[in-house]
Amino acid sequence: MKSAVLQLPGLNRDRDMIAALTRISGQAPVTVWQTETEIPDVDLIVIPGGFSYGDYLRCGAIAARMPVMQAVREKAEKGVKVLGVCNGFQILVEAGMLPGALMRNSSLKFVCKEVKLEVVNADTDFTRAYAEGQIIRCPVAHHDGNYFVEDETLKAMQDKGQVVFRYADGTNPNGSMLDIAGVVNERGNVLGMMPHPENLIEAAHGGTDGRGIFASALDVIAA
Amino acid sequence: MIKARVTVTLKNGVLDPQGKAIEGALGSLGFEGVHQVRQGKVFDLELETADRAKAEEELKAMCEKLLANTVIENYSIALL
Repeated sequence: MKSAVLQLPGLNRDRDMIAALTRISGQAPVTVWQTETEIPDVDLIVIPGGFSYGDYLRCGAIAARMPVMQAVREKAEKGVKVLGVCNGFQILVEAGMLPGALMRNSSLKFVCKEVKLEVVNADTDFTRAYAEGQIIRCPVAHHDGNYFVEDETLKAMQDKGQVVFRYADGTNPNGSMLDIAGVVNERGNVLGMMPHPENLIEAAHGGTDGRGIFASALDVIAA
Repeated sequence: MIKARVTVTLKNGVLDPQGKAIEGALGSLGFEGVHQVRQGKVFDLELETADRAKAEEELKAMCEKLLANTVIENYSIALL
């Protein structure tokens, strides 16, 4: 399966993401710059982490309004899978492609550590490699990961299985409501998550817990 | 030329850890009786138009599209 990685000024996890996708799918992703208005024919588009536009105004706010995001939106509407990690998640909520908002961590501190994640919904294009309720390890590194959504929307999201990952075992690093770490859109083809699965995919990382997300999205679970 | 000020504040019910920290800092400076602090943003803009109605309409569009995240924030517009 083919993949693409977006590149915008200030994003700095693109290299890690390219390495992870290359290793897991066996082919390098294409890179797409922010001014592009068309995205090549791929099965998965990834928006990596970082600090697009210096986190000015609000994290992801300016990136979400760049031309390439209109192209991402059109692809998502056609069913192409989209994964946003960290700043990529913030960009997706700012673009209105995922519900809710990501606010300053309740501690007001940047957190860089390993957390535990519960796979709340293993029946998505991004989590099939896991079992429901499985607890995985995953690193986080962010200042604004405090997920907020109105009660009514949250209830609808829960009914539809849109809460995909929750921080487990008291490891919520940012004050997110209901310990939410990752959510999908209603259709299930757009996933945003604050933790960085691309940084836990090979032995040198100290574990491979993050691999399942890419293996699921790239349809290479057996490999 | 019209000058305008846009004020963006968090909606009621949205937690504001920065406001809480500021509230705590005011208390530690000896300012008593501060019950709540909610922080926000102010944008001062200069628009190349003399049409106040049009300016207001444009500013509203700017708030909806970029200046505020209406999931968590309210905005108000004042023409100066």
